[in-house]
Amino acid sequence: MSTFEYAPAPESRAILDLRASYGLFINGQFVSGNGTPFKTISPATEEVLAEISEANAADVDAAVRAARTAYTRVWSKLSGADRGKYLYRIARILQERSREFAVLETLDNGKPIKESRDVDVPVAAAHFFYHAGWADKLEYAVHGANPRPYGVVGQVIPWNFPLLMLSWKIAPALAAGNTVVLKPAETTPLTALLFAEVCQQADLPPGVVNIITGAGATGAALVEHPGIDKIAFTGSTGVGKAIARSIAGTRKKATLELGGKAANIIFDDAPIDQAIEGIINGIFFNQGHVCCAGSRLLVQESIADEVDARLKRRLKHLRLGDPLDKNTDVGAINSGAQLARITELVAAGEAEGAQRWDTGCPLPEKGFWFRPTVFTGVSQTHRIAQEEIFGPVVSVLTFRTPQEAVAKANNTPYGLSAGIWTEKGSRILWMADQLRAGVVWANTFNRFDPASPFGGYKESGYGREGGRQGLAGYIVTGKSA
Amino acid sequence: MSRVEVKKTYKLYIGGAFPRSESGRSYEVSDTKGRFLANAAKGSRKDGRDAVVAARKAQPGWAGATAYNRGQVLYRVAEIMESRKSQFVEEVRAAEGLTPARAGAVVDAAIDRWVWYAGWTDKYAQVLGSINPVAGPYFNISGPEATGVVAALAPQRSSLLGLVSVVAPIVVSGNSAVVLTSRDRPIPAITLAEALATSDVPGGVINLITGDPAEAAPWLASHRDVNALDLTGVAGTDLDWAQLEAAAAGNLKRVRRPALDGLTAIEEDWLPTPDLSRLESFLETKTVWHPKGR
Repeated sequence: MSTFEYAPAPESRAILDLRASYGLFINGQFVSGNGTPFKTISPATEEVLAEISEANAADVDAAVRAARTAYTRVWSKLSGADRGKYLYRIARILQERSREFAVLETLDNGKPIKESRDVDVPVAAAHFFYHAGWADKLEYAVHGANPRPYGVVGQVIPWNFPLLMLSWKIAPALAAGNTVVLKPAETTPLTALLFAEVCQQADLPPGVVNIITGAGATGAALVEHPGIDKIAFTGSTGVGKAIARSIAGTRKKATLELGGKAANIIFDDAPIDQAIEGIINGIFFNQGHVCCAGSRLLVQESIADEVDARLKRRLKHLRLGDPLDKNTDVGAINSGAQLARITELVAAGEAEGAQRWDTGCPLPEKGFWFRPTVFTGVSQTHRIAQEEIFGPVVSVLTFRTPQEAVAKANNTPYGLSAGIWTEKGSRILWMADQLRAGVVWANTFNRFDPASPFGGYKESGYGREGGRQGLAGYIVTGKSA
Repeated sequence: MSRVEVKKTYKLYIGGAFPRSESGRSYEVSDTKGRFLANAAKGSRKDGRDAVVAARKAQPGWAGATAYNRGQVLYRVAEIMESRKSQFVEEVRAAEGLTPARAGAVVDAAIDRWVWYAGWTDKYAQVLGSINPVAGPYFNISGPEATGVVAALAPQRSSLLGLVSVVAPIVVSGNSAVVLTSRDRPIPAITLAEALATSDVPGGVINLITGDPAEAAPWLASHRDVNALDLTGVAGTDLDWAQLEAAAAGNLKRVRRPALDGLTAIEEDWLPTPDLSRLESFLETKTVWHPKGR
């Protein structure tokens, strides 16, 4: 029997109007940074996409001052209803320009176009739409008296969901009445800079949103700037701890959305076909570059062989390659540095005695790629069962009883998310009570919504994003200082 | 001839028992006029660590008890305190140098605070939780739950009302507490421990350590098995709250900062009825998703 091959179905780049270089977005204008410019590349091809300004300490200071002036003179004087209308405008412009954002995100990040098109961009727009409606209802969002914004918020976001993380940060901050200085990740600055154009199109008052580009030094300068009232950070637990230390003893508050090592727990009565899809979505979505990824698969012993066989059969049908191709399931690893980290941890997994399996699919010659990989025979002490890999690698462990599943799932300093697959409702609710994780997906995985709070226990950070609980992180209550 | 009074030995309260400090030390406690009151146990950092072990052991059972049950237990604390009110009034008067009338008002407020928080055990989740209308066929619910073991520095001045105002919101939701009491005014705390021990609060849920908080506080702040840190009681001590908060970053403890004037810790006024912010300081939000389908 002949096999029908997929024909290439690349999304066109013609919709983009890429500039050769980008400045910083401060006080409503693009200005040159005073640091050392750097290049952003497409991780799928290593093609240079644009040159990006680096913000040095003086640029960070200028951005924070612009945000303060905008807060004092303009944004804090607007009614909540008018703030909300700006956010509605932004939501609409994101929807109107959604294809452009999706193509640019895929190009700069390496994620499949079907994900940027169907998840990142629409959910980003939804975040602005959701939070727009909160702007004139703050007194319903929190319980304390006299709800009001912090003032100027410094925000630092990672490279795995560049536009989506931007929207998680900026939408609630602005709805509550804060102004922001946001730093995107150095490998994925382009959609944030395109978002700056959206702010211009929406006539958002200058200085309400400022975007500064750069790497860790720029982020540290932002976090340590005395003009910042509140910090919101998504990224590694290591950097999160450094931020917590650096703001200790000050009046700055922080929301930290950090790493994870989620257990995805499969019971023997689980709907097995759905569970297999859930496992794959849980760890191979976005190449596993997801803090809440289901990177530890806990399978009940009685079905371990069946799950193993079905999982590997299904993985062989994943299509890895050109992220702009609409049929691509697995895109490029975001950077050479991340590829090196994944490669190192996978080597450690083998060295420690776990059995490695991958799909064996061909990899493109240029760019950064890693095959979907499954480790079996993993014990809890292995590095691949303890450390966040942030790549398309799943570690499989087994359990016999629900109690053992809970003990293993909770045996990590992280506590961001967890998955449960079983048809037994009472067991789902019991498990959900026992798991020390901020988000529990039962018979589903990796679902996100602006109305649904997201965030971790323990060393996965503190504070929530999304929903009323997330908005509360941008609101102060009680007596004025 | 008057009878010779039987004096009490004041000890720590750890894991539901009343041990002396493992260090074998005690220190002199005086009233505000400098008159000797008693020798109190001088808790050490090892006592602090033992208390964390006891608190960790007790926490799942306390959090797993029904909210109704926790509410009754905490209400029972108020009942027991009421029955020993004259003793509390006398001790608060001696510790804080208050008039009998003023001390009575403070003890009344402390008892009423337990009643106020006891009523919250089965309500805070309704007030702080939510059903979330997500854009898809999913049931999505968010509820608050206890963060785990909380280390707390109790206020230095307000020996009973301040202590209760710090401890009650920690344990309402199912956290357990390791509390460093007021250094100079520890006696009402030990009498509170006796009330706790006779009011069905499971051993280990509330642990009280008298002594100099400067000894154990840095170790609790950096302790890997403590989930949150309440710095309220740094006001009036030489402790640097910035250092304690920085130490807490090692395992990302949730930190409740002291009340501040500028960056200086101050002790707040404990008489007004509180809001929910203390209770909220030691909660985690858990969100659960499940598909809907036929």
